[in-house]
Amino acid sequence: MATTTTTPSGKDTEPGRGSVRETLGGLDWRRYVIYIGFAIVFLFFAILLGGQGFLSANNLLNIFRQTATVTVVAVAMTFVIANAEIDLSVGSVAGLSSVCAAMAVSHYGLVAGIIAGLLVGAVVGATNGGLVSLLGIPSFLVTLGMLGIAAGVAQWITNSAPQPILNDAFNLLFGSGNFGPVPGLLIWTAVFVIVGAIVLNKTRFGRQVLATGGNRMAAEFTGVNTKRIKFQVLLLSGVVASIAGMLYAGRLQSGRFQWGTGDELSAIAAVILGGTSLFGGSGSVVGTLFGALLIGLINNGLILAGLDVSQQQVIRGAIIILAVALARKK
Amino acid sequence: MDDRQLAVQMRGIYKGFYGVPVLTDVDFEVRRGEVHALAGGNGAGKSTLMKMLQGVYPLDQGEIFVDGRPVRFSSIHDARAAGIGMVFQEFSLVPTLTVAQNIYLTTEPRGAGGLIDDREASRRARAVFRDMAVDIDPDARVGSLSTAYWQLTEIAKALAQDARVLIMDEPTASLAKHETEALFELVERLKARDIAVIYISHRMDEVYRIADRITILRDGRRLFTKELTEVTPAEIVEGIVGKKMEGELEYQERPGPADTRPLLQARDLRSGRRVRGVSFELYAGEIVGLAGLMGSGRTELARCLFGIDKLDGGELLVRGRPVDVSNPRAAMAAKLALIPEDRREQGLVLEHSVIDNLLLPLLGRVRRGPLIDDRGGRTLARQLIDRFAVKVAHPERPVRLLSGGNQQKVVIAKWLGTEPDILIMDEPTAGVDIGTKSEILDMIRGLADAGKGVIVISSELPELLAVSDRVLVLRDGSVQQELARRDIPDEEALQLAVQGV
Repeated sequence: MATTTTTPSGKDTEPGRGSVRETLGGLDWRRYVIYIGFAIVFLFFAILLGGQGFLSANNLLNIFRQTATVTVVAVAMTFVIANAEIDLSVGSVAGLSSVCAAMAVSHYGLVAGIIAGLLVGAVVGATNGGLVSLLGIPSFLVTLGMLGIAAGVAQWITNSAPQPILNDAFNLLFGSGNFGPVPGLLIWTAVFVIVGAIVLNKTRFGRQVLATGGNRMAAEFTGVNTKRIKFQVLLLSGVVASIAGMLYAGRLQSGRFQWGTGDELSAIAAVILGGTSLFGGSGSVVGTLFGALLIGLINNGLILAGLDVSQQQVIRGAIIILAVALARKK
Repeated sequence: MDDRQLAVQMRGIYKGFYGVPVLTDVDFEVRRGEVHALAGGNGAGKSTLMKMLQGVYPLDQGEIFVDGRPVRFSSIHDARAAGIGMVFQEFSLVPTLTVAQNIYLTTEPRGAGGLIDDREASRRARAVFRDMAVDIDPDARVGSLSTAYWQLTEIAKALAQDARVLIMDEPTASLAKHETEALFELVERLKARDIAVIYISHRMDEVYRIADRITILRDGRRLFTKELTEVTPAEIVEGIVGKKMEGELEYQERPGPADTRPLLQARDLRSGRRVRGVSFELYAGEIVGLAGLMGSGRTELARCLFGIDKLDGGELLVRGRPVDVSNPRAAMAAKLALIPEDRREQGLVLEHSVIDNLLLPLLGRVRRGPLIDDRGGRTLARQLIDRFAVKVAHPERPVRLLSGGNQQKVVIAKWLGTEPDILIMDEPTAGVDIGTKSEILDMIRGLADAGKGVIVISSELPELLAVSDRVLVLRDGSVQQELARRDIPDEEALQLAVQGV
């Protein structure tokens, strides 16, 4: 190695000396706050509510089952937020997709139902993406508007009536069934988290999403088509939200415009709890999974503890604020 | 000379925007392994020329050869593929990614199944840094590194893409002295590897230190290309400055300060890396100009005078009494006002109306109980608008609709409404047309005539010469020279003083 080195400002590069302590000190514990928080809350409930069946396999699987749809939405939301955008329309897209899929299933069968559901997500996602990337309208406004439009359409075309799904194959596939001992929803969660984590960390698309979110100008100058990336990310979010909608429909064996209502906020909370920067540029899909699970865990534990809904809301809100405050940089 | 030695050759370049020629018949060439300085005043066409070489602007007329082959760039990517690398100031890196991830952004090495192999990227980045003989951890996040490392990462990024020609635009502007030295050593090593470097800089000492030849552009034409051994600093300065003098910007003799006691005394001010022991005095009714190269501490001095940056040492006295300037409100209480450099970022709330902007620092004066007295506010705003001749038809409309010059007047009027005794103006005429410029300069003279002390910071020397009664030359964070206006014969003399040659 050549001898001349530049060590301006003298920090960051002093190999050798005191490296163990420096490595430990350099570890940014804030990045792991979600895992620490998850462990603490889990232990807390395990000790406090062990007698009320908190630790039973059934209860733990239930937590997974109940958070599955939010987790799926939140995986895509991780991409959106890491890209320095936001998608508020996911909850009502899920609702619209559930009713469209339900109606198509009852008229034309399984395949048509799935296609109809996905189409809802694709159309809404492409519209969001087009407006944001081509016209430069802030995603907050576009998707806030879309939240209302999708919810309204879902209510309108069904006259606010639930759409029952009698197709067993559909219900089995989307959330009601088990694969051996493993609930289908758990498989869906695992697939989305694993694929999401690989795509975000290990593919050029994921890298370009992070780069665009971290410094759009730099990404553009380096040859990233940032408009296309923003479009794709919002399209992805819409399609994934529509799959979440079908998971609701399958699990609850009906399509309803209310399915998914408010999920956008749970998903955003899960993403931020999981350590993804609200300002874009960095994101962790596995963190998001634990963020969603933490929210599910808290809900579950508070119910077992016998708190009523109003108290649950207060405590859940306080824990989210606390976790985000701890994860905040400096 | 043998054409095969040329890394870049640009011939007969013409470029115009909206029919206005910016470059006319410019020839420019860089040899392999050469450091070629490119200099010229503002608007001489340096950056336009370089943007054409980088493929940002298409060619109107002329030819470009890279390594002897004719090229036609239609995008940055074409230029990069041909081996042209640009070292940007900061904005081509993503702070949230690691050094290696930035270097290989969009060209990531991929392993099994087309997935990115970050370990391989790190390994390659380490090899690039080893060739550069610099020590940077490729796995460090760029956001956690200092500016000097950003620049080295930029250079590594260009080299990793096999750049044979590196364009560096004022690369030392944000570097400390030892970092600059390290950069020069690196440039020497790149030279030895036959890489051509185009070095854009206003700093004469640097140009002499590392460049082999210099090309000077003036008014969109090439003035000359010479070996640095054959050209004197005075020739270069004259080449950059030119001989034209704008009539409106002539110095007007003003009576000396009325009071012999200084209005403002700075004693050994220190703050951060850029302000390192500044002392000066300012008298009532006087205009003092602060001259210095980018990075000399001009703007930083203004910031710490007004309490935006904390003082690490030294003291500030107003009328002989020490004052606290630990934050802008304290500085305002001490009757100081700062008219900041970037009016859009720091001086105005662009979407708010002219009236609201004017009244922002004056809200205390237009109160009625806990509420804002709208009518009183409008009257006060009207007075300010009249007093400073802001051309505004509708004071209720957003201030962004005004021209640059009028926006600047709003900023000045806004602060003068607080009746300060000491005004610090950072680049008061940046981006305004010549007519408004002389109006603003008149305004500054008028303020000094009314007994205020004014500090004008400007990178435009003609402007400093037009208003200053005294010029302080800043260099490396301290006052290097203090010149009375009558001791400065012309712009060239001041330029030489600023350059320190």
